Parts: sequence; structure tokens; C-alpha cells
Amino acid sequence: MNSKSLYQEVILDHNKKPRNYGTLDNATHHAVGHNPLCGDHLDIELHLDGERIDQIAFHGESCAICKASASMMTTVVKGKARADAETLIQEFRDMAVGKLDIESPHHLGRLTVFAGVRDLPTRVKCAILPWHTLHAALNSVNITSTEAEDDPMHAAIGDA
Amino acid sequence: MNIVEPALKSQFSSAFDVERVRADFPILKLQIEGKPLVYLDNAASSQMPQSVIDRLVRYQTTQHANINRGVHYLSETATAEYEGSRRKLQAFINAREDREVIFTSGTTDSINLVMHGYGRKFVGAGDEIILTTLEHHSNIVPWQMLAEEKRAKIRVVPINDAGELLIDEYEKLFNERTKFVGVMHVSNALGTINPVKQMIEFAHSRGVPVLVDGAQAAPHMKVDVQDLDCDFYAFSGHKLCGPTGIGILYGKAELLECMQPFKGGGDMILSVTFEKTVYNTIPHKFEAGTPPIAAAIGLGAAVDYLSAIGLDAIAAYELELLNYATEQMNDLAGVRIIGTAAIKTAVLSFEVRGVHPHDIGTLLNQEGVAVRTGHHCVQPVMLRLGVPATTRASFAFYNTMAEVDIFIASLCTVQKIFI
Ligand SMILES: Cc1ncc(COP(=O)(O)O)c(C=O)c1O
Repeated sequence: MNSKSLYQEVILDHNKKPRNYGTLDNATHHAVGHNPLCGDHLDIELHLDGERIDQIAFHGESCAICKASASMMTTVVKGKARADAETLIQEFRDMAVGKLDIESPHHLGRLTVFAGVRDLPTRVKCAILPWHTLHAALNSVNITSTEAEDDPMHAAIGDA
Repeated sequence: MNIVEPALKSQFSSAFDVERVRADFPILKLQIEGKPLVYLDNAASSQMPQSVIDRLVRYQTTQHANINRGVHYLSETATAEYEGSRRKLQAFINAREDREVIFTSGTTDSINLVMHGYGRKFVGAGDEIILTTLEHHSNIVPWQMLAEEKRAKIRVVPINDAGELLIDEYEKLFNERTKFVGVMHVSNALGTINPVKQMIEFAHSRGVPVLVDGAQAAPHMKVDVQDLDCDFYAFSGHKLCGPTGIGILYGKAELLECMQPFKGGGDMILSVTFEKTVYNTIPHKFEAGTPPIAAAIGLGAAVDYLSAIGLDAIAAYELELLNYATEQMNDLAGVRIIGTAAIKTAVLSFEVRGVHPHDIGTLLNQEGVAVRTGHHCVQPVMLRLGVPATTRASFAFYNTMAEVDIFIASLCTVQKIFI
């Protein structure tokens, strides 16, 4: 595959101007994802209103593929029901590893710009990391083991 | 942005006939993504010339049997070739005797052998091991395991911002508890050539033995273990135009003799009863089980090949490549070289402002250029220099000035994409 085609305008744009970049004051769910291969990491914070993802923010240190994937993910899942987000997570993962037939019905929309990573095995993890992290956050699997007990985020997650 | 003039290349009228050398390496004819392969990942693993490939085929086709066992023709032939290869490696590093050359599976295995065979016997509670900030994980982790087991301590030689060891600090680390020094000859991440001869001399003045990790030195310069006077010297075949799965541990005979074996099994014994086992003499004491015979013979062919070209000629040509590439890279705005030691091999680690190394690596691949990205198994170096990861171009004697130009032009393309 032509890796240049992976670096499409939309991906480069989200890398340069990531949407929903930062932190939330009122997060109810939080997770940190790591890519041990390159040391990249990504924080995702959510505010759930019942079953609906009311607000979402991310920040971290990562390559363009990962950052753009995170940025586009936040724009897509914001306002969606948790179950719909989980469907997207599954479909995105399947697409990245080449298990999804892009021609058959799916819900990914313009997220298919990432379909090319399936031909770049070393980059699949970069694209998937935000989605894994979102899944962890939704399920309150908090892996920020280094955070102090009195961290407000911890309390918030305890409440969730 | 820098436009590379083809005319620049012709400034270099090196006596080194790189085109003739390239013809020996079939893999260099590959096209990647429709472009000629520009292989700049030699510090990770080098490519193999046809003569080594042919040697492997000849061994497997006409000479293979297990060694040190049968009395039949093939076993005797294989044994003779295997031991012949050991003598080639002995000559390659100028070891005093062939029994000082142990076949291992690679640098990592060699270092682990010394940790188990020497370290576990001679390092005790409260003792100290000196390593350097530059070390590859393979020369850190085994010693940490030993330190944990023995409650010994690891002391670390610091570096300056250029990636050079602070020798004054090294000397200050010594005390009466210092039992061992482990130092790399050449840094895989930065290319720094460390003053190992001077460091060994100092350690010896304190009665401390030194292991040199030569993984990145043996392929790029003439190594003389007697001149260095190192106690151990480790390197890998696959970085030396040889096969994977084979490497060398050189050790001074008197040290090897007093060491514990690392692995137990066949070939490393003289006699076995359930009451008592008598270990074989060196080097066999450290070569338990059937070794990678073909790879060992292939490595012999690889050092024949390199010696025919001449390590001095290789070093001189690679220095030209380094100087040219460094100059070109310094002209690129937004690109910063990490590792600027005064004396270094042809390794360029760098950062491109605003672009993650992974993205650089993927996009360079699009231009046919193979580089390494990440932490290069030297996380302490990355931490010290304050970079999470770098992109690394590492050159070999079969790379050309024209390939440097392609590499630099590809970097410009990456920068344009990310503007
Ligand atoms: C300096 C250095 N030491 C040790 C090693 C480990 O070599 P191997 O993986 O062949 O055991 C490497 C390889 O990257 C290296 O560059």
C-alpha cells in the first residue's frame, strides 16, 4: 500500500489541529493508553450523562496517526450512546487489522481514511490505541496506577 | 528548504569502489514501493554478501553433519570447518589463542554468559559494577539481574549533551568494592566511539576486569583485543554481514578457565556420572549442545569478506559518508542531530521538529529508505538527552553518497507533508 495515501489531508489536519484536545473538569471516566513499543501514551477523559457520552477530551504524546485517530474519534463519539461507541470501537479495530469488509455496511464513515494501516503492521497499534483507551475508559478500567489516592480523578471514577 | 544538487556527489572522489562492493549484495537490488532500496538500518542488522550466502549453501549442500561426534566424513568435515571459522574469528580480532573465541548466539548471549559465568562467581553483596549511560539494554539488564540476586550495586558513568562519556566521572566511580566494568565500544543510538582502551587501562590499574560490548564496533573498525587488553569482547554476526543466531564472546583464557559454565549439556563436558561431572576445556565448556554450525561457518566467510576489503578502508569510507550526511542534515532547518560526539561512527540519530519518528519512518519507507525509529533499546540515553524517541540512519560501507542525497531529499518531503 502507498503509505503516503495514509497521510491524507484529513489526518494531517487533525494531527496539526487536534479536536477536543485537553482535559475535562468534570470527567466521570478516565483511562490512559500506552504503546510500549514506542513509549507513546494517550489520556482520554469522558463525561457520561447516563448512557450518553456527553463530553470527551484527550491529550498525550504520540505520532500523527495516533493523534489524528484520537481526534477524529472524539468528534465521532461525542454525543453518542455508550453502546454505539462500543460498536464503532469494534468496527474500527476490525478495519485496522483488515477484518472488516469496507464495502459492506458499517458505521465508520470518514474514519475509513485509516483503512490503510492494515497494510502497515507496525502502525496498526498507533491507529487503534485511542479506541482501546476509549474502551478502557468506558468500562472504567483505569490504568493510571501511578496516580495518587487523593487525585480528584480517582474520586470521580470511584463515583462512576 | 535544501535542494540537493547532484553535482555535490562528485566532490567525493573516494578511492573506495562502492559500486563494486554493492554488486556483492543481492538484496541491495530490491525495489521498495517502486523505488530502489536505500538501506540505512545497518546498526540494527547488516546485509549479507553473495559469498556468505554461497558459503551457507555449500555447507548445507555438501558438508553438514553434527560436529564433535561422529567419525564419519561429514562430521569430520563439519567439525573442521566450524573450528576453521573459529580461527578466522580469532585472527579477525587478533586474539592470542583460538580457545579464547567462544561461539554464542549473539552479543546478548555473550554478555549473559559473562554475567552467569563470571559475575555470579566473583560479584558479591555490596560489590559494585560500573556501566555507562550509553549501554544497550543487553548490557544493563543482565547486570541488574545479577545485582538483584547478589545485592550488588550498579554505578553509571554519565554523558555530556553530545553523547560522550565523562571519563573523569568514570574514574571517580572506582572504589575498593568495584568488581566489574561493562562498556560499549560504539554507541548504537548515537555512534559515539568510546575511549575503551583508556578506560580498560584505568580499570586494570584498580585490578578490575572489563567487558566491552563491541556489537557496533566490530563491523566498522579494526578491533584488536590484545591491543585493547579487554578481558571480554562481545559482538554479533548479523551486524557483521553474517547470519543471525551467531555471535562471539572473546575472553582471556585465564578468566574463561576460572569461570562457571553458563549452560549445561552435551559437548561442554568431559565426563558425566550422577555423582560428578567434569567440564570440558575452553572454549567447549561454554558451547553446550549443538551450536548453529552453518551460521558459525557463515560468520567465518563474512569476516573473510570484510577483511578482504579491509576494515581500515571501510572505516575511512564510512567517515566520508558520515561527514557528508552530517553536513547535509545540518543544512536542514528544523532537523536536529542527536549525538554529536567528536569521534563517532556513521550513525545519525535525529529529530524533525513537529514530526513524530514513527511518521518519519513510515514516510521514508515510502521513498524506499529504511531507517529505525524508537528508543533503540537505550531508554536511559533517551531519558538523559530528553528525547522520547529518535529516527536513526545508520550507514554501512555499501551505502553511497547518492543514497545520502535520496535520504536528505526524502526528509525534505516529510517536512513538506507536515508543514
Ligand atoms: C551496542 C549493542 N549491544 C548489543 C546489541 C544486542 O545484539 P544482539 O541482539 O545481536 O544480541 C546490540 C544490537 O542492537 C547493540 O547495538
